[in-house]
Amino acid sequence: MVLTVNIGLEIHCQITALQSKLFCSCYSDYRDKNPNNNVCPICSGLPGSLPLLNQRAVELAGMVSLALGCKVPDNIMFYRKNYFYPDLPKNFQVTQYNSYGITSIGAEGKLEYDESKKAMIRRVQLEEDPGRLVYENSDIDTNFYTLIDYNRAGVALIEIVTEPDFTDPKDVRIFLNKISSIVQHLGVCDTKLEGSVRCDANVSIGSKKKVEIKNVNSFREVEKALAYEITRQKTMSIHDIEIKAETRHWDDLRKITKQARTKEAEQDYRYFPEPDIPTIALGNEFLSLLKTIMPELPDERKNRFITDYQLSEHIAQVLIDNKEVSDFFELAVNIYPSPKEIANSIVTDLLAFIDDSNQKGSIFSGLKIEAKHIADLAKLVDENTINRSTAKMILRQIIKTGELPSQLARKTNASKIDDAGVISEAIESIFLREKSAVIDAKNNANAANFLLGKVMQLTKGRADPKIAFNLITRKLTESN
Amino acid sequence: MANLFSLTSEQITLGIKNGDFSAEEYICQILDRIEKIDVKINAFITVDKKGALEKARLIDRKIRNREQNIGPLAGVAVGIKDNICTNGLKTTCASKMLNDFVSPYDATSVKRLQESDAIVVGKLNLDEFAMGSTTEFSKNGPTHNPWNIDYVAGGSSGGSAASVAALECAISLGSDTGGSIRCPASFCSVVGLKPTYGSVSRYGLISYANSLEQIGPIGKTVSDVVMVMNVISGKDGEDHTTLERVPKYTLNPSKKNIRVGLVKELVEGADPAISKCIYYAMDVFSRLDFKCEETSMNSIRYSLASYYTIAMAEASSNLARYDNIRYGFDLNPDGYEWNMYFSKVRSNFGQEVKRRIIIGSYVLSAGYYGKYYLKAQKLRSLLKQELKSLFKKFDILIAPTMPLLPFKIGDKIDDPLKMYLIDIDTVIANLSGIPAISIPAGFNNNLPIGLQIMANELQEQTILDAALLFERATNIQRSPEL
Repeated sequence: MVLTVNIGLEIHCQITALQSKLFCSCYSDYRDKNPNNNVCPICSGLPGSLPLLNQRAVELAGMVSLALGCKVPDNIMFYRKNYFYPDLPKNFQVTQYNSYGITSIGAEGKLEYDESKKAMIRRVQLEEDPGRLVYENSDIDTNFYTLIDYNRAGVALIEIVTEPDFTDPKDVRIFLNKISSIVQHLGVCDTKLEGSVRCDANVSIGSKKKVEIKNVNSFREVEKALAYEITRQKTMSIHDIEIKAETRHWDDLRKITKQARTKEAEQDYRYFPEPDIPTIALGNEFLSLLKTIMPELPDERKNRFITDYQLSEHIAQVLIDNKEVSDFFELAVNIYPSPKEIANSIVTDLLAFIDDSNQKGSIFSGLKIEAKHIADLAKLVDENTINRSTAKMILRQIIKTGELPSQLARKTNASKIDDAGVISEAIESIFLREKSAVIDAKNNANAANFLLGKVMQLTKGRADPKIAFNLITRKLTESN
Repeated sequence: MANLFSLTSEQITLGIKNGDFSAEEYICQILDRIEKIDVKINAFITVDKKGALEKARLIDRKIRNREQNIGPLAGVAVGIKDNICTNGLKTTCASKMLNDFVSPYDATSVKRLQESDAIVVGKLNLDEFAMGSTTEFSKNGPTHNPWNIDYVAGGSSGGSAASVAALECAISLGSDTGGSIRCPASFCSVVGLKPTYGSVSRYGLISYANSLEQIGPIGKTVSDVVMVMNVISGKDGEDHTTLERVPKYTLNPSKKNIRVGLVKELVEGADPAISKCIYYAMDVFSRLDFKCEETSMNSIRYSLASYYTIAMAEASSNLARYDNIRYGFDLNPDGYEWNMYFSKVRSNFGQEVKRRIIIGSYVLSAGYYGKYYLKAQKLRSLLKQELKSLFKKFDILIAPTMPLLPFKIGDKIDDPLKMYLIDIDTVIANLSGIPAISIPAGFNNNLPIGLQIMANELQEQTILDAALLFERATNIQRSPEL
């Protein structure tokens, strides 16, 4: 029996582009601050305080909605989601809700990914982040008390909810990469900051009960968590064990999902409209404003890369997946206009050195590389001063030293040997060593390639292969 | 020297500015009066002697130095309902839950009063979290009616009305969610205004039911109320629900031939002595050349049910934050598991508050939202529509403020439904957001009767014009001998 898999996602992105929180003027950047120092009467829920909506947050969430093909309604509203939890200063979360009419910033969107696949977006909503519970011991059950840090409370979140249309965890990963690239291109979220993107997923197989997976703190882990959960449910199904509708947490260390202690699925959130924030009329003015401030989206950029720079679909996609990489690419192209060579060197060589698990700062941090280095390298290749394999070796060096490729090439004599005399000497010695191959080569063109390989080996790859090949063919005909 | 404590705001400011007496002399009399009288009335929860004296001396210094920036309420003693935040002074909501809460900020209305040189003398008693109509549900005990101290002062701003009637302060701030300013104003024979929703900032008002309530002034005269409104009203960047353009108010009734509609259902439903008094009020208006007529309001039947559903729903959410983690009262959490601690903490709410939280949670819960909360909102819209068409015909609507005379303390405390019913006349203004005033209209058996005047949104000036003319024409006693 084939069981259909249905996966739906709830993606939370902090709007790290904001200076202040969603409803007060406290800093949005709560990281590395002393606990409970980044709070005010509003975000700590003091009696008598009232929320003041951050207008810029509405704009940024509006841009995300448009980028995900969502409708932006004329009027948006906020709702209270009531539940008791120690990290919630008011014991309700101000969020958006569509059960009584569509009033969230975005709804009913559609996003293409992985060339022709489509994901349906149920809604995009703005909401506030809760505070953080901090435990002294990593095993939660061994703690005698819980510490609460409200510094994060009230930070603006954009929640993207998809329809449960995904069937393959791999697709989910590709989709999440695209979301990540979109929020980066829009300048909404710095996805590398710890906890800035979080994803909850729900999984059901064979249209049975829905299991929520929470606590997945990076997009990379989602695919693993889903794969694990699908296997778990399928195994249970095969053995006729009932699958319960429940919330499970992803255990990052053991790479398994485990049952959550609280029965969150049964919560009744008693949603009702937030009386302190009147309905906000957006209308056409807002939409035209968004269109004027909307930066280039990943898809548009990719198409531009393909048409303007003649890059292949694949290369363009790899560059676009990470905004920093595509920015880096364009910087290099501005310095030296050889897009194909530059793209090639970034995608096939440079990306191999990048550790994208690095959570802080630029993905290039730790590497001493700038756009000018790649531009310089591409120039050396284009001018036939070095060949590609040498370029790769040079890259390996300069990312550690920060030296310019042209300087390094000169210093180590790594440049291509294009002096026919020098190459002829090398050929001479190879012909002496590989006599049988020389005889073969007179009748078999492939053997000539073997000889060329040997010459390249001897010159440590520095011989210009075109010149060398010509010299070899000439020498073979001469000796006939 | 004459009794300075009995002066109106206008007389106080003038007297101080003219040098007839100093702010310090005045405030000392007020503080003495509170000390002497409040044992009988129990209007104050906190008295800020030190702060009041300091502020008085500051004002006197400004006057001696002939400084220009003397505020429009210079020297006026003001009391603040204890659900409105005052920086550095306890704000308890008359609840054990906030027994030790000191706000780190001032409510906008308090800040504006301070800036206009009013003197905050203390914090006033109320029903716990403003939930009640008698000020009996207070951890500090009931406030007594100055006209007969065995009787309730009304509520929930009982302290605010009683303190003004008992001459313990010149003016006060109350809050009105379903009649909480007008009810005690009526019971204590003072003037109390619930402004248009959004004309006074709620920033710093501890929420009971956000979509219904407003802060408003209580004073001895219409002039008192106008002076306070001109200071506290207006757009506030701290409160999204404040309106863009809020007019200033004057004391020069200009409009002639005000069209008056007497709301028949409310008059008929009241105690006969009160009905008689309201008809008498209509006669007064007729003699003032107002165009008076009886009228009818159908949606009144549903207004109480709608009001209590919405108010309790909002309350259940607003009061969720009291978990005694960041502020509250003295209770050591050591040894408690979270849920146990939470239950222990929450058991400190009083009976009436618990009742409203439970009902409010119920009407919002899955499966009941549509049946109760949404239905209540629909009725609210119906009421608004009916009022809209009524205000095409009338400039003001008049009715009793309360359907009954002040009653004895303890009389209704065990019957919540009876207690809820007495808000029938006042909730209309809260549900629809319109302004409404209660002004003294007479007495029966030495117990005060209040006349309620309502007008369309932002038409406070029409209300104030009518109230001022009525006040001048009737001259009804404000403060009893104590």
